[in-house]
Amino acid sequence: MHVVIVGNGIAGVTAARHVRKASPEARITMVSSETRAPFARTALMYVYMGSLTLAHTRLYEERFWSDNRIDRLLGTATGLAPDRACVQVDGADLGYDRLLIASGSRPVFPSWPGVDLPGVRGLYHLADLERLEQATRRARRAVVVGGGLIGVELAEMLRTRGIDVTFLVRETRYLAGQMSEAESARIEAEIRRHGVDLRLGAEVVRIEGTGRVETVVTTEGERLPADVVGVGTGVRPNVAWLGGTLDVARGVRVDRQLAASAPNVWAAGDCAELREPPPGVRAVEPIWYTARMQGATAGLAMAGHPRTYDPGLFFNSAKFFDLEWQVYGATAGPGDDWEAVDGARALRIRTADGRVRGVSALGMRLRQEACARWITEGWGLDRALADLPAARFDAELTPAFQRPSSPTA
Amino acid sequence: MADLPLYNARADADLAWFSNPSFRASGLQRLALGLVAIGVVAVVVALAGGAEASPQVWGGLALLGLGGGGTLYALGGLARPSGVRTEGTMTSSNQARGAVGWLVGLVLTGLYVVLYFAPGALGGLIALGDPLSRWLRGQPATLANGGQWFLYTTAYTLAVGVMGVRALVRYRHSRYHVARTLSVMGFQTVIAFALPMLLIRLQQPELYLHYTWPLDFDLFFPWKVAELRAEGMLGLAMVVWGVLLLVLVTPVLTWRYGKRWYCSWVCGCGGLAETAGDPYRHLSDKRLSAWRVERWMVHGVLAAITLGTVVLWIAALADVPWLDAVAVGFSNQYGFLIGSVFAGVVGVGFYPIFGTRVWCRFGCPMAAILGLQQRFFSRFRITTNGGQCISCGQCSAYCEMGIDVRWYAQRGQNVVRASCVGCGICATVCPRGVLRLENGPDTSPARRAGTPVNNLIEDLDILV
Repeated sequence: MHVVIVGNGIAGVTAARHVRKASPEARITMVSSETRAPFARTALMYVYMGSLTLAHTRLYEERFWSDNRIDRLLGTATGLAPDRACVQVDGADLGYDRLLIASGSRPVFPSWPGVDLPGVRGLYHLADLERLEQATRRARRAVVVGGGLIGVELAEMLRTRGIDVTFLVRETRYLAGQMSEAESARIEAEIRRHGVDLRLGAEVVRIEGTGRVETVVTTEGERLPADVVGVGTGVRPNVAWLGGTLDVARGVRVDRQLAASAPNVWAAGDCAELREPPPGVRAVEPIWYTARMQGATAGLAMAGHPRTYDPGLFFNSAKFFDLEWQVYGATAGPGDDWEAVDGARALRIRTADGRVRGVSALGMRLRQEACARWITEGWGLDRALADLPAARFDAELTPAFQRPSSPTA
Repeated sequence: MADLPLYNARADADLAWFSNPSFRASGLQRLALGLVAIGVVAVVVALAGGAEASPQVWGGLALLGLGGGGTLYALGGLARPSGVRTEGTMTSSNQARGAVGWLVGLVLTGLYVVLYFAPGALGGLIALGDPLSRWLRGQPATLANGGQWFLYTTAYTLAVGVMGVRALVRYRHSRYHVARTLSVMGFQTVIAFALPMLLIRLQQPELYLHYTWPLDFDLFFPWKVAELRAEGMLGLAMVVWGVLLLVLVTPVLTWRYGKRWYCSWVCGCGGLAETAGDPYRHLSDKRLSAWRVERWMVHGVLAAITLGTVVLWIAALADVPWLDAVAVGFSNQYGFLIGSVFAGVVGVGFYPIFGTRVWCRFGCPMAAILGLQQRFFSRFRITTNGGQCISCGQCSAYCEMGIDVRWYAQRGQNVVRASCVGCGICATVCPRGVLRLENGPDTSPARRAGTPVNNLIEDLDILV
C-alpha cells in the first residue's frame, strides 16, 4: 500500500506517524514544496528573532524519518487525478493507494492599492522569513497591520531588531471578538510596554512608495512613514492547486472521518472543511492543535482504522509578547462571565445555566486537565473556583492569583 | 552538533559579537565598562609583576573593577522589559560558536591548563589575591601556600556573583529562578568560599560542607579519613556529615524534590553553570547519540570511583603492597583525569563550545547517583500540560542537559530523566505554558489513556 501525503505540516507529519504505527508495511511518501525536514511553523518567529535556528524547529532528528521509513519528496503538488489515483508533483505523476491532502493555508492580503510594493511582507512560509530578513535589514520604521495573532508576532519580531513599530488594528479594542474589556486592556498594555505604537480602530487605505514601500495611509488620513509593512490579516485554505477534482468549498470538504469526495482521498488540517461540524466546532479551523488531531484521525483512517474525528473540548493558546493566554471551551456566545483581575493577570470563567462553559486565562497557566473536567463534567462556578489551586500550572513560587473572596456572576 | 555547527561562520559574517543586534549599551553600562577596564588593567599590571609592591591597591582595583563593574553592567539589564529574552542568542558570535565564542573558550581552557600544570607562570597574578587572603585566611597568598587556588576560588566566586546578578536581572519575572539563583550564589559565597577560608584562619581543617563523596572524590579515601580524624572533633564530624549527606540527606531530598535540590540550588559546579554559563546553556548536544554516550560515561565514572575507593580500603586494611601501588596509581590518575582535566579544563573551559553542563552530564559521579535516584524513585518530573505543545523547540534548545524535552512534550508525555537538573528554563521559555516542574504523584494524561483532554490518538488503546 502506498500512502501519499501532500504537505509536511503538523497534520501531514502526524498522519504519517499514525500510518506507520498502525501499518508497519505501508509505503509512505510525504510531499512538500517547502523543506525536506518538517519544521514547526509556529516557531518561525523565533528563528527570525535569533532565539532558535531553523534546525531547532525540526520536529524530529533526521534519523527519525529513515527509522520510520517515511520517504520525503521535495516538490510542488500541482494537480490531482482521482480517476487514475495520481497526484502531480512538479508535473510528474505520483500514484497512490491512499492520499492525504494536508496542504495547509495561504496568507490573504487585502487589496489595498500598493499592496504589491516591495517591502510589504507577511509571515507564513519559510521563504517569508528570508524576505522579511532582507526587507528589515536596514529598516528603522515599520507598520504592522492585522489584529490577529500573526500581527502581534510580527510586531514582536520587528521590535527585537530595534525597529519602531506602529501597529494598526481595525477593532477598537484588541481581539474584541474573543476577549473581555479587561483582557483586551491587559494585552494592549503589554504591547505598549514593549514600545509598540498601538493604534486601535485604524485601517489602511493605501500603501505608497516609488520602487518600494514608503508610506502607509490610514482611514483617518494619517501618513505613516514605513520602511517595511508587516501584514497579518488572515489565511485561507491552500486548495487552488486541486482545480475542480474534488468537492471544494472554502476547503476540501470532508465527512466526519475526514474522507474527501473521491475514493481513497482524505484531507486534514487548515485545508480541510468539515461538511457537518459537530456543535461548537468550526468547519475550517486553522489552528495547530486541530491540525494535529485531524492528522491523527486521517492517518488512522488511511491505515484501515477509521474513526470519527472528535476534537474534544476546544482549547487554544497564544503569547502576546510576554503575556501568555490559554482558552478552554466556549468563552463567547450565550452565558455570563465571572471575571477577576490581579495586576497583569486576568481570569474569566463563562457559565451558562449554572455550568462552566469556558475558561480564559491571561498571564497565568492553568492545567488543561482541570479546566476540561470543569467544563465536560458541568461543574458550577463555585466548585470550579474552589478547585483553582489544583488547576494552577504556573511555575513553583509564583504568587497565587488573588481573586475576590465572594465570586459574583 | 545537531543544532549549531561547531564553527558558526554565519555568526561572524553579518551578526553581532555578543548579543542582540539591536542592543546598545546604556549610559550606566558604559560607566560600568569603564570600571571593568580598570579591573583588566590591574590584572595586566599584576601579570607584569607590578602588583607585588602594593597588592592592596592593585588587588582592590581588580576586585572593584571586575566585580563592581561587572555587577553594575548586569544591573543595566533592568532597563529592558522583564520576561523571557532569548532573542539574538543564535545570532551572536559569542553565544553561537562564532569566532568570539571560540576565543573565549580557548582562553578559558588555556587559563585552566596554566593553573593546573604551570601555576608558577601565574606568579605575579597571585599577588592580587594577597590582601583578601590576609583578611580572610589570615595568611598571605603565595605560590608556596596554594595562593593560585585562593585566587582561582576568588575568581570563581566572583564569576558566580557577577553573573548571578545578571541571571537575577534576566529572570526577574520568575520567583523560581530568582530563588535558585540566590541559593547557588549564597552557597558559593558562604559555604564554598568564606567558611573554608575562615576555618583556615582558625587553624581548622578546610571543610566544604556541601560536598561529599563521590564529587569530593577522596573524602572517603583511607588516608583522608585518617587525616581528618587526626584533626580532632571537627574532622571526625566532617566524615560523619559526609556519610549522612550521602546515605540520608541525598536520597530523601531527591525523592522529595528531584536532583535539582542539589544540582541547581547547592552545588558549586552547577552554580557556575547556572550563572556564568547561562549565556551558553543552549550549546548542549541534543542528539540521541549524545544521550547514549552520556549514560555510559557518567555511570562509568561512578563505577570507577566506587571500585577505586573499595580497592583503596582493601589495600589499606589488608596491607598488600602491590595493591597499595595500584591504589595510589588509581587515586592520582582519577584526580588528574577526572578531577582536573574533565571537571575543570573541559567542564568549564569549553562552556562556549559544548555548553555549560558537560561535566555534570558526562562526568559527575554525584550527578550519576542523584540521577539514578531521580529516575527510579523520585516524585519529581516535568509535567506536560495535556496536548498543548506546538513543537516550537524552545524547551529542547535551551536545555543545558541536552534533553530533547520537546520529544516528550509533543507526545503529551511527562519528562522523567536521570540527567534533568530541574533548572526550570524549559518551562520558562515555553511560549504556551506546557511544562511545569512538579513533585507528587504522576497524573500524566498520557499514562491514563482515554481522558477527554488528551486528544493524541496514538495513546489510546486501539494501537496498543
